[in-house]
Amino acid sequence: MSPVEFCGLELAHPIVNGSGTFDAIAAYRAFGEALKQEFPFAAFISKTITLRPRAGNPAPRLWEAPAGLINSIGLPNKGLDGYLAEDLSQLARLPVPLITNVMGSTAAEISQLVQRCDAREEINAIELNVSCPNVQTGLDIGADPRQLEEVVRTVRPHTSKSLIVKLTPNAADVAECARAAQEGGADAVSLINTLRAMALAPTASPATRWLGGGTGGLSGPAIRTVALAQVAAVAARVEIPVIGMGGVQCAAHARDLIDVGATLVAVGTESFRDPLAGARIARDLAPHST
Amino acid sequence: MSANEQLGAYRVLRVSDPDGPRPDPGQFAMLAAAERWGGGEDERPYLARAFSIARVRDGEAHYLLEDVGPGTRRLCELQAGEGLLVLGPLGRGFAAPPHQDRRPLLVGGGVGIAPLAILQDTLASADFSSTVLLGFRDGARGEGAALLNGASVATDDGSVGHAGLVTELLASELDRDGYAVVYACGPAPMLEAVRVMCMERDVPAQLALEAGMACGFGACYGCAVRTRGGGYLRVCVDGPVIEAAELERVDEHAGAPA
Repeated sequence: MSPVEFCGLELAHPIVNGSGTFDAIAAYRAFGEALKQEFPFAAFISKTITLRPRAGNPAPRLWEAPAGLINSIGLPNKGLDGYLAEDLSQLARLPVPLITNVMGSTAAEISQLVQRCDAREEINAIELNVSCPNVQTGLDIGADPRQLEEVVRTVRPHTSKSLIVKLTPNAADVAECARAAQEGGADAVSLINTLRAMALAPTASPATRWLGGGTGGLSGPAIRTVALAQVAAVAARVEIPVIGMGGVQCAAHARDLIDVGATLVAVGTESFRDPLAGARIARDLAPHST
Repeated sequence: MSANEQLGAYRVLRVSDPDGPRPDPGQFAMLAAAERWGGGEDERPYLARAFSIARVRDGEAHYLLEDVGPGTRRLCELQAGEGLLVLGPLGRGFAAPPHQDRRPLLVGGGVGIAPLAILQDTLASADFSSTVLLGFRDGARGEGAALLNGASVATDDGSVGHAGLVTELLASELDRDGYAVVYACGPAPMLEAVRVMCMERDVPAQLALEAGMACGFGACYGCAVRTRGGGYLRVCVDGPVIEAAELERVDEHAGAPA
């Protein structure tokens, strides 16, 4: 476990959380001092913040899949005003840098989010969730390289903080999307987000979808090999740093992602099973040697 | 794990945890087998499973389980001496003892009777005697009533006690003396019936809910239940015990991964 530099941030080790997989405020409430002694991540990435508040999707929101989890949470959050007014001061007290994840459905909306985050010194970097349908085209902003490059280029001048683009894996050529994000001015990319997935209600006739949101995103060990392939492909196509994630459960899995080119590794679903998974993986991640 | 005992159709898992934090009645823990968690039906279980803490005695936490899926099956087959991963106690439990000296009515259904046992213990240590009404599908499950003291039992098939629903027992009790507070845990249709009955009669009720959850500590936002105000509460951190008056209804479809 050794310090690592990422977008100008000095981090104690390369393990961070995936956006939306760890609620630091709720975790402090549940575990208190136990968490303070060993915060599991070298930087904290917030859940996705949108301009307006969102209640989230109707239940059920979860489905346990073979070696994984499908979630259809629907990005519940207080909206940007609520986040900045209520959550930011608490998150700023974490012992690690704060990366705020934002999502909007137009370049103008994303620019507004980024500009308001830029004004807050508690925020060290900004991550863009581009797995959001463009209101004009209906396509996920991040699924089309040209559209993605244009959006990042439009947003870029609105902040001097580092911009990380969280790529969608539900694209024809993820490496091409990563390249487009870099050309648009991104300082880093992160991947993989969840894979679109679906489950049917076990006993319903006629067949009905289990999840209240219809479809969801698959995460966990089931997607680890997909993540490794996509991170390797992306790292080979870009010069900017890569945050790799997808099904990481132990240091060996994190090492695999680093070996194919990731600078940081995010732990996501595994933190649901073990809130200190990030700390365990960071501890077990010995400095590279052979 | 220090013991795995049969109680009718259920198992009582006793887990040695002498240094662990003392749970409040109604709190829960996430449980997973330390070894061979996964590889069952459809390669499950993957996530830990949430269980109410049924009792704490002599440095052991007791959990009441029914084998209803790959996760509960693996836990039910664990033997004394095998390892269990326990994350807890979690969530907000029952507010007890009751305000204004209302008499406590404990209403449980099936494996959901578990948190009422520790609640009865806690109330007894504060010199409150509680009326206990428990409903089960059949006689084998009805044996679970031995977890509590002095329970009145209803069974769907009439093999033990009142033939019918536990909510019928509750209606009689409230008819007899409605100055009560209801603490309830059980399947969603039972909780919904309890909620409606208590709302109609203006009796405060605390409902221990179940919902599919991935983490148990507020991270995944998977266990959301709708409130009367139109928003959502997380069962894991805002509950699992929620005042009936806060809920729009108790939905069946938020069932836990078994």
